[in-house]
Amino acid sequence: MNERVRHDVDVAVIGGGPSGLAAAVALRQAGVERVEVLEREGVAGGIPRHSAHTGYGLRDFRRMMTGPAYARRYAALAAAAGVTVRTTTMVTGWSGDGGLEVTAPAGLSVVHASAVLMATGARERPRPARWVPGDRGQGVYTTGQLQQTVYLHDRPVGRRAIVVGAEHVGFSAMMTLRHAGVEVAALTTELPRHQSYLPFHLGARWMLRVPVLTGTRVVAVRGKPRPEEVELERLADGHRWTEACDTVVFTGDWVPDHELARTAGVGMDPRTLGPVIDATGATSTPGLFAAGNLCHPVETADVAALSGRHAGRSIARWLAGRAASAAGAGVPIEVDGPLAWTSPQRISSSADLPARGRVILRPSVFARLPRVRVSQGDRVLWQGRLPQFVPSRPALLPASWLARVDPSGAAVRIEALV
Amino acid sequence: MPEPEYDLVVIGAGVVGSALAREFTLRGRSVALVDTRSDVGDVTSKANTAILHTGFDATPGTTESRLVARGYRLLSDYAAKAGIPVEPLGALLVAWDEEQLAALPGLAEKAAANGYHETRLLDAAELARREPHLGPGALAALEVPGESIICPWTTTLAFATEAVRHGADLLLGHTVTGAEPGADHTVLHTDRGPVRARCVVNAAGLGSDRVHAMFGHKSFTITPRRGQLIVFDKLARSLVNHILLPVPTKMGKGVLVSPTVYGNVMLGPTAEDLTDRSATESTEDGLAMLREKGNRIVPALLREEVTTIYAGLRAATEFSDYQISFHPDQRYVCVGGIRSTGLTSSLAIAEYVGAELAGWPGEAMPGPPADVVPPQMPYLGQVDARPAEDAALIEKDPAYGEIVCFCERVSRGEIRDALHSEIAPSTVEGLRRRTRAGMGRCQGFYCGAVVSRMVDEGADAPVKAEAAK
Repeated sequence: MNERVRHDVDVAVIGGGPSGLAAAVALRQAGVERVEVLEREGVAGGIPRHSAHTGYGLRDFRRMMTGPAYARRYAALAAAAGVTVRTTTMVTGWSGDGGLEVTAPAGLSVVHASAVLMATGARERPRPARWVPGDRGQGVYTTGQLQQTVYLHDRPVGRRAIVVGAEHVGFSAMMTLRHAGVEVAALTTELPRHQSYLPFHLGARWMLRVPVLTGTRVVAVRGKPRPEEVELERLADGHRWTEACDTVVFTGDWVPDHELARTAGVGMDPRTLGPVIDATGATSTPGLFAAGNLCHPVETADVAALSGRHAGRSIARWLAGRAASAAGAGVPIEVDGPLAWTSPQRISSSADLPARGRVILRPSVFARLPRVRVSQGDRVLWQGRLPQFVPSRPALLPASWLARVDPSGAAVRIEALV
Repeated sequence: MPEPEYDLVVIGAGVVGSALAREFTLRGRSVALVDTRSDVGDVTSKANTAILHTGFDATPGTTESRLVARGYRLLSDYAAKAGIPVEPLGALLVAWDEEQLAALPGLAEKAAANGYHETRLLDAAELARREPHLGPGALAALEVPGESIICPWTTTLAFATEAVRHGADLLLGHTVTGAEPGADHTVLHTDRGPVRARCVVNAAGLGSDRVHAMFGHKSFTITPRRGQLIVFDKLARSLVNHILLPVPTKMGKGVLVSPTVYGNVMLGPTAEDLTDRSATESTEDGLAMLREKGNRIVPALLREEVTTIYAGLRAATEFSDYQISFHPDQRYVCVGGIRSTGLTSSLAIAEYVGAELAGWPGEAMPGPPADVVPPQMPYLGQVDARPAEDAALIEKDPAYGEIVCFCERVSRGEIRDALHSEIAPSTVEGLRRRTRAGMGRCQGFYCGAVVSRMVDEGADAPVKAEAAK
């Protein structure tokens, strides 16, 4: 009774967000015939669907648009390019012979593809995953849930909110709360400064009069059935106090949606918690690729889309036999100093450049003009200064040094000297 | 004086009260099941370690020992028929030091005194083979093969559903404020009017001593014992094969690590004696303690994501046994002080109270019919196929192939069914306990808004809304 219908395609893309859709379009443009995107939501487009403010599309479309408009644009591009986008279609696991087990209203199926791209994105850690104790109940959100509640479902939120996190998405949550008529008492961050763009911060501070409480940790959320207060702690001196609120939004602190990557058995990076990939997006399993915020949790939607486009082109080359499969060979890239992670984490061929010709580094400290050194064994491949380090934002490292990597040599070390 | 509306009123719709209401309705009695909360099983019965106990470690000779052993058999059988998830994983009591090691043979003897003879000692090598992810320093273990994990939510809901199907009135949101025992019936006052019944059964859990006092009895006091629990991601499930129980010592009971029937791994509980009967919050100290213990038992567990954290209050008293007492002069039964073993013993408690009550003058009732068919409950476990994994079912009704909660793979069909069930949920939390929707690793990041809307507007509403945007 549980026979699955077999379905064959050239490339299956798991996830119809910006990176998956951009990859699918690139695959079709490169002449790949049967490209299918499997999207578990009812509408393709990913996270930007419920992020109603502007700021999308700068790097890929060279113009600013709202999240929903951006999502619709990618869905339209995919349709025009002849991509099959199957929505309300969830990949639940892997069949014994490398196929994708799929559940949809049309039934259970198993999709076999010559290549698979995982573009499953990332989610914000909810309150329990951050080990924040207190009462359980309604009124505690992640930005994802908050924005769907407000923009997709027009439902009430609360009256007075604390936003945990002060990276871009924290300010995005703040705007959503304002739109929903919720007073924002404060944004909090454990770091010494906010991590977004200056205009966002100044806007919050001077126009909306929302303070950013830096160096501040959330100790507990109390009150039921809704929050009544959060307890906060100033990290510098351990001083604790409470702020009254009926809504708490936990923002940022992204974790890749890596269940399928992990159950596929590909090599995982303990730093990003996503799969280890090379510059082409290849994982340690031949024919299995990854792109977008699954690999770099997280970059803005346009960067995720460009990562997908790059992986799409790489997969087309690989299908045409013009690129070798990474399959775990090659040279690993390691990070040292105040760097949380690097993407990619492996060099299969010094001829391959990563998306946008840059290696993405994620700093864990603030720094102006930080010095970075790339070396392999005793050989320094590159050294220089990057414009700045801001935690939760990318530091882009030029990849010109890749050509000088010895493919049979030791690990490449990227060192931040701050 | 008006006639009593019911033969019996049961106060408290937890797992024990629901089992009692089921027993009485099956035996032909008219029953009201009263609870202050808006859902059944909404206090102690929803937040526990979810273990179906053999009773191997009870104090021999106690009421608890007898009822847990009997309840284990009754509930195992009932669960199989009703579709309540049970996994007979077996437990290992792991000894980490010489004192604990020395205690293992005594525990095996105690189990035998409780009528449980299947325990076995495992040496360090076999233990390491059976549980390769245990932390360093585990010396040996006592295996208790019968210990199982169970779904506590479905259990309570099945009992209550069966009671309602056999005619019980479920009076949720009714807070009992007083009792007036009269010559031939009792008037139970609630904040929503009086309920008249010939007999009253007190299964009020954390409030059982207060209800007891309404009948003039002060034989025990409830001291809520809080247990905080941490639930880890399903990707941690392969790290643990058995229920890993602590060896009780002078230093206290310690914490356990156990798989759940939903495919997660649970770490806890703490044991804190409190005075506040509503203090179900988790605390900084509690989590820190669990983190430290968990790190010793299965270090790799702490590297996985936490899915959720919760705390439950157990109805502990100053006594080490259940506080079950019969007061035929008042036509009143107290089923109080049912501690953490109440889930296992629930059906045996109901059977025992039913038999006693039937012996009272004028209260003779027929035995439960031999051919009762338990309600078929929605399956919430991980072992058998759930609706979204059933091709035949999806072919009949595509709503079972439309997954709404991605993390837990809950379909729109299941949510619709729960919203239309006899005891329908009125809150997101109630829906979660009936379907698993929203209880997964994202905690509502993806589906929280949709699911919340479905609870308010029905399972079809959001589709139209999103398409229209």
